[in-house]
Amino acid sequence: MRYLPHTDTDRAAMLDAIGVASIDDLFTDVPEAARLDGLIDLPEKQGELQVERAMAAMAGRNVSASSVPFFVGAGAYKHHIPSTVDHLIQRSEFLTAYTPYQPEISQGTLQTLFEFQTQVAQLTGMDVANASMYDGSTACAEAVMMAARVTRRMKAVMSGSVHPHYVEASKTLAKYSDVEIEVTSPELSSVDNVLAAIDEGTACVVVQTPDVFGNLHDLRRISDAAHAAGALVIAVFTEAVSLGLVEAPGAMGADIAVGEGQSIGVGLNFGGPYVGLFACKDDRRFIRQMPGRLAGETVDADGRRGFVLTLSTREQHIRRDKATSNICTNSGLCALAWTVHMTLLGEKGLKQLARINHETACALADALAAIDGVDVLNSSFFNEFAVRLPKNADDVVNQLAKVGVLGGVPASRLYPGQFEDILLVTATETNTADDIAIFAKALGGLI
Amino acid sequence: MPMNTQGRPTRMADNIATGGYAETTSGSKGLDQAEALIYERGTVEQTGVDLPEPSGRATRLGGLERQSELDMPGLSEPETMRHYVRLSRKNYAIDLGLYPLGSCTMKHNPRLNEKMARLPGFADVHPMQPAATVQGAYQVIGELAHWLMTLTGMPGVAMSPKAGAHGEFCGMMAIRAKLDADGQTHRRRVLVPESAHGTNPATAVQCGFTVDEIPADETGRVDMEAFKAKLGDDVAGIMLTNPNTCGLFERDIREIADLIHESGGYFYCDGANFNAIVGRVRPGDLGVDAMHINLHKTFSTPHGGGGPGSGPTVLSDALADFAPVPYVVQRGDDWELVEHEADAQGDPFGRMAAFHGQMGMFTRALTYMMSHGSDGLRQVAEDAVLNANYIQARLKHVMTPAFDGVCMHEALFDDRFLKDTGVTTLDFAKAMIDEGYHPMTMYFPLVVHGAMLIEPTETESKGGLDRFIETLEALALAANAGQTERFQAAPIHAPTKRLDETRAARQPVLRWTASNEPEMEAAE
Repeated sequence: MRYLPHTDTDRAAMLDAIGVASIDDLFTDVPEAARLDGLIDLPEKQGELQVERAMAAMAGRNVSASSVPFFVGAGAYKHHIPSTVDHLIQRSEFLTAYTPYQPEISQGTLQTLFEFQTQVAQLTGMDVANASMYDGSTACAEAVMMAARVTRRMKAVMSGSVHPHYVEASKTLAKYSDVEIEVTSPELSSVDNVLAAIDEGTACVVVQTPDVFGNLHDLRRISDAAHAAGALVIAVFTEAVSLGLVEAPGAMGADIAVGEGQSIGVGLNFGGPYVGLFACKDDRRFIRQMPGRLAGETVDADGRRGFVLTLSTREQHIRRDKATSNICTNSGLCALAWTVHMTLLGEKGLKQLARINHETACALADALAAIDGVDVLNSSFFNEFAVRLPKNADDVVNQLAKVGVLGGVPASRLYPGQFEDILLVTATETNTADDIAIFAKALGGLI
Repeated sequence: MPMNTQGRPTRMADNIATGGYAETTSGSKGLDQAEALIYERGTVEQTGVDLPEPSGRATRLGGLERQSELDMPGLSEPETMRHYVRLSRKNYAIDLGLYPLGSCTMKHNPRLNEKMARLPGFADVHPMQPAATVQGAYQVIGELAHWLMTLTGMPGVAMSPKAGAHGEFCGMMAIRAKLDADGQTHRRRVLVPESAHGTNPATAVQCGFTVDEIPADETGRVDMEAFKAKLGDDVAGIMLTNPNTCGLFERDIREIADLIHESGGYFYCDGANFNAIVGRVRPGDLGVDAMHINLHKTFSTPHGGGGPGSGPTVLSDALADFAPVPYVVQRGDDWELVEHEADAQGDPFGRMAAFHGQMGMFTRALTYMMSHGSDGLRQVAEDAVLNANYIQARLKHVMTPAFDGVCMHEALFDDRFLKDTGVTTLDFAKAMIDEGYHPMTMYFPLVVHGAMLIEPTETESKGGLDRFIETLEALALAANAGQTERFQAAPIHAPTKRLDETRAARQPVLRWTASNEPEMEAAE
């Protein structure tokens, strides 16, 4: 087998050196009843050619985003990733490297993480960021738990227009803790209903902007109310590119900013792996309670600058049952892809990219609003917005797929039994005027 | 040399006078290039992408256009390439050499995996596309689920956990949900061996349990007398790694499983060490109720400098009902995604994360499994165990195995062979760096003093193992021959010398800032 270097001669020599007659002699601790004599009932080994055929057959059953007019968002976004990114993350020294626990031979990983942390903090307008979480939804969940630890309060208020997957992930993490999560009802335009739920027992208020319907919110009013009550503000985003054009959470009073970084460098990948971004204010209470790995600057024995993983006493391998989180492996290679893409963009490219996204979405909004019976609901948006249809949105999406258009996500897929006539649509820099025209025509034909 | 108020040099190029690594004017040495931060290289005017000009049409941002600064520099494509290629050369990697890290299973990462994961039909599909347009994606999840259940002999599997620790959380949540559903709400104590990986107790606490540690016996296995004494009707279950973190198969595992079950609890198995037994033993036959599998360990998906991982969790009949959403089911020729609790057959404990799981790792792992087949996977376990025992057998005359007898896929040594040499496990590890090897796992598991846990994996050749053995042998002899300085100064050949981790924690500098001062003081 091509990945197994030993010949039978090697194996015999090694068994001899160990002093046993056969490999079975090394498995004698296994209870007899549990020893498998024969092969498990699965296909036997195959060469590259056969495996490629089988995998390609499965891949061939999927409609890829680039092959059709594509307007799907709802928490993951199609953007163009420069070819440099994928090339760099496939370098052996990045792809096949381990967690940088031996910093002297991991400066590549550690320096890129330090740069990543800086970029995430800058993007979100916060002071400090960690080296990544699994994804935006688990970053959100961990932020809620962190707020409870920092404030020593047990009530979390989540806006109903936070992405429902994020709400559910947060509820799951909190389920058997003392933290109670109250979710306000999702409204198509405002998040102000969180204000009524804030009181002296509130640990945090969690609000998403742009929200799941694409609306942009000024968090300042909510921040003022939350802070007056001693609660923290957790700002959530699912579309990282938005922060190239829209106000940063840190400038609107957020204490913790969490979200999905997938839009930058990572690609759709059918939902994973993605990269969770986690940033917070420069407050000693916060830093000590942050989950996840942190890369920090230091010096070596010669006084030369270097980077190490630091503040590990927060983490599971040191604190065990008292750790801030059980997280170990996070999303290192996706964080690298993110930081490479962000470096290629720079703020100049990011701002330009964000503006093109918004303008394309505005063009899409105009085209769809021109269809009789279709209403664009948002007064503000970045690159995603909600339209009301005169028909069931789920049916429309399926029918659009049949005519070769991936026309968004029905809101009822995220809110079962609700918003059945609402369709969430996204346009990015990857959409052309032709795409928009085809979508509008197809949708018009179905209404 | 310019320094900040803490006496720390502020620019690399000024370290010339120290006589350390930067003996050259440039700070580079031959092929090893010094490389500053992007913040010291790029400017905010630079960018390495060409985008069309925005049209300048009116915005609909509701007055929320960004006013706050970004201050993020960019680099052109050539500079970007150089920056990251130079940095990459400061990393050790599996493709470079052996990583003998116990319980990490640093096996070769096949490039076919990368090619398959990048097929547009996998890489360029959105999780929320209509089901009819992603049948192949659901099929991959279903196929991988089938392989995992068959290899482990378990009837159910949750595919959504995003890493091993997330899988532990999944399994323990299922146990908690099951106990509560049965009215067993007094069962809140989880037994965990002292040798367990730190994620185990951290996870138990996240599920509302308390942790009760079980000591190891003199053979390195669960102390059965101590274990039995801890049984009681408040026990929720046990979290066991098998083979355990000492690299030993828990001989009494069936008795442990039976006793836990008899006392009303459940058996969580940490599957980090599955590489030792895959194809030869099924955890389902050992009485396991839940076990996470690290696709980035046993099934070769790349470690990537710290992830992404994937931790699908197999479940017994008792627990399968509580599996989280979403999951795929096959109805005839079609695959469906069950993503809402209301539509689920059983009683899911909830959703763990957005979307459907680490698809990119699924395609890689399935490619790996199909390449090996059931015969190849059995050979994997055999060669992994063979390699670890070969190392132990050939080094036991100069290093001290922690326990007698054969091991499984990893060999545990302690620091008795370094006694009175003035060389610690840490020093020994740093000397390995100078020899061109990544150190083994150090100081874990906690049950052994100065632990050194070596897991070569099955993808190491005999020649490679022989060279590694000869090097460790020479180091052990050198330590005992009084060459203490060599160890205490190590590493001297790496891109940096030993780094001051105490300083990093005391004065955390977690990002670049324009002032170049430490970002925050940490009062102790």
